[in-house]
Amino acid sequence: MTAAQDQLVETLCSRFEGVSAREISRDSAVNVPAAHLLEVAQALRDEYGYEILTCVSGIDWLGQSPRFGVYYHFHSLKHRSYFCVYSDCEGTDEEPKIPSLAKLYPSADWHERENFDMYGIRFEGHPDLRRMLMWESYPYHPLRKEFPLAGIETELPVADIAEETGAKVIAAPEAGGPFVAKPGPKFMSAREPRARDESWNERTSKPL
Amino acid sequence: MALQKQEITLGDIALRNAEAESELSGDRMVFSAGPSHPMTHGVLRLVLELDGDTITKCDPVIGYLHRGSEKIAESMTYNQFVPYTDRFDYIASPANNVAYAIAVEKMAGLTVPERCEAIRVLSCELARLASHLVGVGVYGMDAGALTVFMYAYTLREKVLSLLEALTGGRLTTSYTRIGGVARDLPEGFLGHVSKVCDDALFDIDEMDKLLTRNKIFIDRTDGVAVITKEDALAYGLSGANLRASGVDSDLRRDNPYSGYEKYDFEVPIGTKGDCYDRYLVRLEELRQSVGILRQVVDTMPEGDWYNKEAKKVFLPPKQKVLTSMEELIQNFMITTQGPQLPEGEAYFEAENPKGALGFFVVSKGGGVPYRLRVRGPSFSSLSILPKLTLGHMFPDLTVILGSLDFIMGECDR
Repeated sequence: MTAAQDQLVETLCSRFEGVSAREISRDSAVNVPAAHLLEVAQALRDEYGYEILTCVSGIDWLGQSPRFGVYYHFHSLKHRSYFCVYSDCEGTDEEPKIPSLAKLYPSADWHERENFDMYGIRFEGHPDLRRMLMWESYPYHPLRKEFPLAGIETELPVADIAEETGAKVIAAPEAGGPFVAKPGPKFMSAREPRARDESWNERTSKPL
Repeated sequence: MALQKQEITLGDIALRNAEAESELSGDRMVFSAGPSHPMTHGVLRLVLELDGDTITKCDPVIGYLHRGSEKIAESMTYNQFVPYTDRFDYIASPANNVAYAIAVEKMAGLTVPERCEAIRVLSCELARLASHLVGVGVYGMDAGALTVFMYAYTLREKVLSLLEALTGGRLTTSYTRIGGVARDLPEGFLGHVSKVCDDALFDIDEMDKLLTRNKIFIDRTDGVAVITKEDALAYGLSGANLRASGVDSDLRRDNPYSGYEKYDFEVPIGTKGDCYDRYLVRLEELRQSVGILRQVVDTMPEGDWYNKEAKKVFLPPKQKVLTSMEELIQNFMITTQGPQLPEGEAYFEAENPKGALGFFVVSKGGGVPYRLRVRGPSFSSLSILPKLTLGHMFPDLTVILGSLDFIMGECDR
């Protein structure tokens, strides 16, 4: 973090209402209320030289309110630096909303579509908010914290094949699958679901 | 049937003209290219609307290689995720490993010794050679110059053999750990690298002679799919695609990481931003990579190859675990409790062969990330396709896709 970036954080805090420095971040970062997001992004692009929006990442703070938030990472070639803007989503916890930056930065278009797909965050004013990675009829938002790692059984997206074969999109068997650890308890043995759930394994199948 | 007398009105003439015109121009055809087609270099699907041979609309459909890496990362300790980073840009895996390790180290406030940094630069540049050789070789093949592909892959084979000697794997290297690398350089490795560098310059010159002044290649690529400076910045392009559009930017030089500031290299930039420029930039970067490799070989420092202070993060080498009490305790603690990293958020971008690969790590403490976001450069490179392909001929699409040098593993993650 350079002196120029510290200066920028201070300038933004005093210029826009409700903007505060984001202390936890290792980069220079500010918290911006969703209502001021467009103004701050416009100022960053036109006045402070952050011409590239490199990354948009949603996040799910399960158990907090507001539950969803979005990080925007800007890059300036002139200052050779990065700048991060964090914004909490508006709306309800089930249908979070945030203004779209796609009009200012065309690179936000696909990134916002991906975050809509993964978290169900509605980017208001986005020209074409469709799913990006999952198929159009998929009913869930997989990066939400309550969505299980193995997945949930759903219908096959191709109706005629599903009708003929009766195939479904099924959850991945975790036994023998990825060696997974969950955040939480101190010891690894308590963090692994396989250690907790011994009712099924490679030899006895999963109870339905 | 008796002929019916029909009164011709002005309206009918207009209708008939419209019909005649639509017959001339033909109906717009919707054509689905991919997801499995040699042109698309992976599982990219393009839903095209064609007016004759002209592309009037292009809608890329991605997600066929989506494996949910970001979800998986939330259920894994930091080192367990390293093999998953191999699968992003799977023809330049060491570069992904390094980018991921540096991002986590930045979040945790760790540093690595000089020798480790130099080894990481070495593996990154080998990865760049491997990736750009595919980029140039396959691009030549897309444009009909099959011979270049043979030269590129012969050289790539030597580079992959080096990676195999260094990491044990040709494609999925999983070389870095948080706070170091998996193992030190093997004996005599630097000599082999010098030898391959000598061969590489010869092969790159050979490819240069075959393509750069090739009439057919120039006709197919020159002036095709021009990306302006403004567009390149607006769509978040990075790496060789951005530089070909005339933007003088290289993260290795502008935001140096892992000791890149010690090495001397040129950053090639294009003048027009067309498919030909993107080829020229990649070809020159191959030579610059060879230059960096030689400098690393000449100045490889002695010393530690992992951070000895990071006792709660880096698994000690196995031969020490079995002979020394302290390392045994360290090994036991990390295995049972996972590595202990502090709270924090950090975003880091590395200059990968395909562009800027970014990792955003959010930690709430402990050994598991709360959120890991991967910014794939190919994702941004492809997002410009709907604008870029508009008005181009369908046969140009092969060259345009080849020139963008994207990889679906990284786009879909």
